Amino acid sequence: MLQRCRDEGRAALVGYLPVGFPTVDGSIEAMRALVESGVDIIEIGVPYSDPVMDGPVIQDAAVRALEAGVRVDDAFTAARAVVDSGAAALVMTYWNPVLRHGVERFAADLADAGGSGLITPDLIPDEAGEWIEAADRHGLDKVFLVAPSSTPDRLAAVTSACRGFVYATAVMGVTGARAQVGHAAQDLVARTRSVTDLPVCVGLGVSTGAQAAEVGRFADGVIVGSALVRCLTEAPSPGEGLARLRKLAAELADGVREARA
Amino acid sequence: MSHAPVGRFGGFGGRYVPEALIPALEQLDEERRKARVDPEFVGELERLHRTYTGRPSIITEVPRFAEHCGGARVILKREDLNHTGSHKINNVLGQALLTKRMGKTRVIAETGAGQHGVATATAAALLGLECVVYMGRKDTERQALNVARMRLLGAEVVAVEHGSQTLKDAVNEAFRDWVANVETTHYVLGTVTGPHPFPEMVRDFHRVIGVEARQQVLDLVGRLPDVVCACVGGGSNAMGIFHRFLDDAEVRLVGLEAGGSGIASGHHAARFSTGEPGVLHGAYTFVLQDEDGQTIESHSVSAGLDYPSVGPEHAHLRETGRAEYRPITDDEAMEAFALLSRTEGILPAIESAHALAGAMQLGRELGPDAVILVNLSGRGDKDVHTAAQWFGLLDDSGSPEPAVSPEDPTGTGVQQ
Repeated sequence: MLQRCRDEGRAALVGYLPVGFPTVDGSIEAMRALVESGVDIIEIGVPYSDPVMDGPVIQDAAVRALEAGVRVDDAFTAARAVVDSGAAALVMTYWNPVLRHGVERFAADLADAGGSGLITPDLIPDEAGEWIEAADRHGLDKVFLVAPSSTPDRLAAVTSACRGFVYATAVMGVTGARAQVGHAAQDLVARTRSVTDLPVCVGLGVSTGAQAAEVGRFADGVIVGSALVRCLTEAPSPGEGLARLRKLAAELADGVREARA
Repeated sequence: MSHAPVGRFGGFGGRYVPEALIPALEQLDEERRKARVDPEFVGELERLHRTYTGRPSIITEVPRFAEHCGGARVILKREDLNHTGSHKINNVLGQALLTKRMGKTRVIAETGAGQHGVATATAAALLGLECVVYMGRKDTERQALNVARMRLLGAEVVAVEHGSQTLKDAVNEAFRDWVANVETTHYVLGTVTGPHPFPEMVRDFHRVIGVEARQQVLDLVGRLPDVVCACVGGGSNAMGIFHRFLDDAEVRLVGLEAGGSGIASGHHAARFSTGEPGVLHGAYTFVLQDEDGQTIESHSVSAGLDYPSVGPEHAHLRETGRAEYRPITDDEAMEAFALLSRTEGILPAIESAHALAGAMQLGRELGPDAVILVNLSGRGDKDVHTAAQWFGLLDDSGSPEPAVSPEDPTGTGVQQ
């Protein structure tokens, strides 16, 4: 998928939504809406009770999804639906739900559902031996994170463990929309490119088409999370939430397409 | 090629955190290793312990309490007499000195009962550091006095509104702050869990408890104790007193967890009774969790033990059989609380009362020849309101109830 976007001379648009909010079916419908609006890759979030990397918007959605009874298995159902609608599906999850499910079993279930791989925000390659083996067995992508604080040594070690792409968290801090795109993002992408040929996707709180365009000029993928989730959490009704989601996704999709025009 | 895993106790421990924090953890690990062998750092910490904390803390034999422990000899290690009222200051002064050494100017901390928050606020005041303490909303209510103490010491206290609004959520929020401000900020983690090097470093700062106590018991009794009892929330006071005894194979090490309303009730914090191995807050250890790996909320009358996970070294000690762990219910802990207060004139922290209840059990099992060392990790001043409510000593307005019988002021029927 990233290669196809590269061939089109543009960055990929990566959209995050947690499975199970407002309901499992509702979240899958929302993911399909993203694909129809031009999102290339869906990051399916597994709601977790202790999301230390997430800001208030995603925390809130996770809490509500868990209260509504979402289960880990629902992420595989969502992955199948996303793949069937024509996009690539990656699962983003804190590590404990994978451990509890069983690392090998999680990899097998994800591969069976057609998922591309896993993004692991609280698992560094140093601790990921079991996951790396399972991912290799099942041909899954291993997306680890790099950060502005990463030293050259760490960048080299982390990127060499990645497959698929490298996830650059371009600001220090939790997830959430931010008003400005900083220089730190471009700098981190450049430093990452100096140690790997893998595509580098950037997550830093993008919430508008203009910001997507700006990041799309220097990154291989633009990751949008909180701004999309907020369309759903703040809407007065599920229908209105979907409408807002389609509108924002289309604006972001235009952004990445205009970036290098 | 990745780096090898670090900070393991058997299979437990490790470093399950976002990449963004790894450089800070590596810096911390390097600095604490250097500091450990730097005479200037070691000397400064010793001087502070001597002239500020009040170390060495004394031991006290408690014969009237021991009558309720099968007649065994019971000796308390008095960490409650430390400045700020608990063992927490041992670790905090060490980490605050490391903060200065790393050139950072701001500290953050999580707190449950408030003891670690108070200790951190104290060290920050002493060393001129900015201080923010995260505390679950529910804990700010049940430990209101400690919130006021931290504010008086110049710290900002942030009440955490989400999740279970207790210690685990305060830790989540402290991690979020740390990721955003790691350049200027050190996270003074308050117990022996979290990502490496915290479990090892915090243990090392508390190790002084066991080093002192072992010699003090030898001097008093002429031999080592048969049992060492300590309460285990995250497990810092327990690791502190256990560690010096690890090689003394004849000394039983017993950790007491919060059994809450009883294991069968599901309302407890007994990780070793119903928990399963997993990752929480950066460490692979025992965690109260459901079949999807979601953390289950813990329950205890004691805010300081109300935590769904436990230090990874404790998980290792349990697995190897070197230490054993038992749950103590709220009722048992409060009985021990009242008993020590009335027989010895010492108000223990409710956390430490779990260790006392453990000593009552073990004394009855072992009989009068046994010597039991109990880590009295904190004092009960902060718990007066909770205890007064528990024993019905307050009228409806929260004021002291004037009509309590002088013969049985606790209303528990506990005999002297």
